[in-house]
Amino acid sequence: MAFEGLAERLQATMSKIKGKGKVSEADVKEMAREVRLALLEADVNFKVVKQFVNRIKERAVGQEVMKSLTPGQQVIKVVNEELTELMGKEESKLAVADKAPTIIMMVGLQGSGKTTTAAKLANHLRKEKNRNPMLVAADVYRPAAIDQLQTLGKQLDMPVFSKGTEANPVDIVREGVEQAKAENHDYVLLDTAGRLHVDEALMDELQQMSDKVRPHEVLLVVDAMTGQDAVNVAEQFNEQLPVSGVVLTKLDGDTRGGAALSIRAVTDQPIKFAGMGEKIDQLETFHPERMASRILGMGDMLSLIEKA
Amino acid sequence: EKTRDSFAEKMNDLAARYRTVDEDFFEELEELLISADVGVHTVMELTEELRDEVKRQNVKTPGDVLPVISEKLTAKLDYSGEDYALNMNGEGMTVVLFVGVNGVGKTTTIGKIAQRFKSEGKNVVLAAGDTFRAGAIEQLAAWGEDVGVNVVKQAEGSDPAAVMYDAIQSARSKNADVLLCDTAGRLQNKVNLMKELEKVKRVISREIPSAPHEVLLVLDATTGQNAMTQAKTFKEATEVSGIVLTKLDGTAKGGIVLAIRNELDIPVKFVGLGEGVDDLQPFDAEQFTYGLFRELAEDDESAE
Ligand SMILES: Nc1nc2c(ncn2[C@@H]2O[C@H](COP(=O)(O)OP(=O)(O)OP(=O)(O)O)[C@@H](O)[C@H]2O)c(=O)[nH]1
Ligand SMILES: Nc1nc2c(ncn2[C@@H]2O[C@H](COP(=O)(O)OP(=O)(O)OP(=O)(O)O)[C@@H](O)[C@H]2O)c(=O)[nH]1
Ligand SMILES: [Mg+2]
Ligand SMILES: [Mg+2]
Repeated sequence: MAFEGLAERLQATMSKIKGKGKVSEADVKEMAREVRLALLEADVNFKVVKQFVNRIKERAVGQEVMKSLTPGQQVIKVVNEELTELMGKEESKLAVADKAPTIIMMVGLQGSGKTTTAAKLANHLRKEKNRNPMLVAADVYRPAAIDQLQTLGKQLDMPVFSKGTEANPVDIVREGVEQAKAENHDYVLLDTAGRLHVDEALMDELQQMSDKVRPHEVLLVVDAMTGQDAVNVAEQFNEQLPVSGVVLTKLDGDTRGGAALSIRAVTDQPIKFAGMGEKIDQLETFHPERMASRILGMGDMLSLIEKA
Repeated sequence: EKTRDSFAEKMNDLAARYRTVDEDFFEELEELLISADVGVHTVMELTEELRDEVKRQNVKTPGDVLPVISEKLTAKLDYSGEDYALNMNGEGMTVVLFVGVNGVGKTTTIGKIAQRFKSEGKNVVLAAGDTFRAGAIEQLAAWGEDVGVNVVKQAEGSDPAAVMYDAIQSARSKNADVLLCDTAGRLQNKVNLMKELEKVKRVISREIPSAPHEVLLVLDATTGQNAMTQAKTFKEATEVSGIVLTKLDGTAKGGIVLAIRNELDIPVKFVGLGEGVDDLQPFDAEQFTYGLFRELAEDDESAE
């Protein structure tokens, strides 16, 4: 397979330097190359990889090798610790407004999973938190985007506010929030149209929507399969909007998901949820340490090292 | 367009910034290609070959390495003389099946291609084979209405293979020239869903033995290395004959199609450049390659 995990990658290097007492600079250099390749193959942005590998080098050189570990395992341990640190803490909590309703706005590129995630979150809020959410259909551009949200609303038996495709999205979200207030909903989820981070007109529209309703939570929805461009996307959305968290979708696939690391590195916002399927109940809390070992492609190895 | 000869220029610019062909030079070249999502494996292979070649020919300056780079790149990306046109059925209705993972742009691309065929005076029918995703049938129906072509559909939740069977009969009775078949997005590691897709294809082939005449895998340019796995798995399941690379209007470069080309030999036939009905173009290899190095050009301009 094209995607070797870091553990396999390091196997060869490790056997060469077995039995040494310290991790030498040369060992680290050789292993750093493997770490670099593994991260790049996992789609971590190359700039992020560079910084990361430098930090690993600094930390690993000259370390005493623990009795229970080989130098290779030792490096993996360091890599994993640094990676988990970078991935941030577990945080699936959604903001709660002092005065209801709490407004959550979904933003992101086309096809990333905003509409599906809006429905999943509404379902989560009702089922797990006993809340009474409402959905707002503010995508007036994509054909049948409103139908999609309405169908999901029907499945959930939850109200969907819409004003058709002729209305202005800024007006839609304003009126949607007003209606939610009037009907005593405690959460409002705003589904917005997908857009490119470089589309000035549409990014501006999103900013106006955000300025108008002042959402308590702006969730950037990102496809876990995203490649090197994830940093540009995250950077732009984060710069132009008060992004407060990230949802990583399609993690039920077999991607390594290195985009998670890139996004964390550039936005410093927590990844709050993971989309694990197309169905409405397939939303999970995001686990940073699991993501770290997924990116590295070495589940079992880590649990072994963890104990050391 | 000035993009024509720019690739060579870009390489010149890169070369001009280095006095010697050293590790830094290679690293930058690697990064340039990796940042465009060219497969890591392909990039490493390429730069390894380059390193060897440079040693063998005792090349010292970046200026001298240029011809070697162009030579190698062209060898890897040789598209010359290839025909990107869709494979049409000479004796009857042409059936095109669209496959791919979730949200890449299958349905939108069908709308765009329907428009192309229609403007060529062809009688086009669409088959709403995504019976799973909320609003998918309505979405295709909206495109059908927009472009002004017939859409064959059943209720949400019905068997997609049955929809295809229906669509073929219906398209035949309407004397259609082209039938474009939408399918639900599915991740390639979902074994059952891939089996379902195989069945959809089987039903089509049973009705028209030469069909589908084209199986187009839709790939999102924003996708990284996983696109390679997508191409492999979908190819195994459905004998993909071509790729549509969507969302190239963003900043993502879609370089992974080079690796796919290199390892699986599947040609890109169209690129998607926006959400509108006209935002589809036949693949242009030179323009695409130039796009990979676009930033480099911009960096140089801003440095001056
Ligand atoms: N397998 C899988 N599919 C998902 C997940 N989340 C969303 N999808 C699918 O991805 C596709 C796109 O999802 P949407 O919710 O329509 O995405 P969107 O961001 O609203 O798209 P636009 O409104 O067109 O920008 C659909 O086929 C969804 O079913 C997930 O976590 N796993
Ligand atoms: N910017 C841009 N957006 C595109 C392009 N092609 C499709 N899209 C958008 O991407 C999103 C997903 O497109 P769809 O056609 O619904 O994708 P799909 O593959 O049919 O999705 P599923 O059926 O849910 O798997 C929509 O918002 C489209 O408008 C493109 O070339 N450029
Ligand atoms: Mg949507
Ligand atoms: Mg579709």
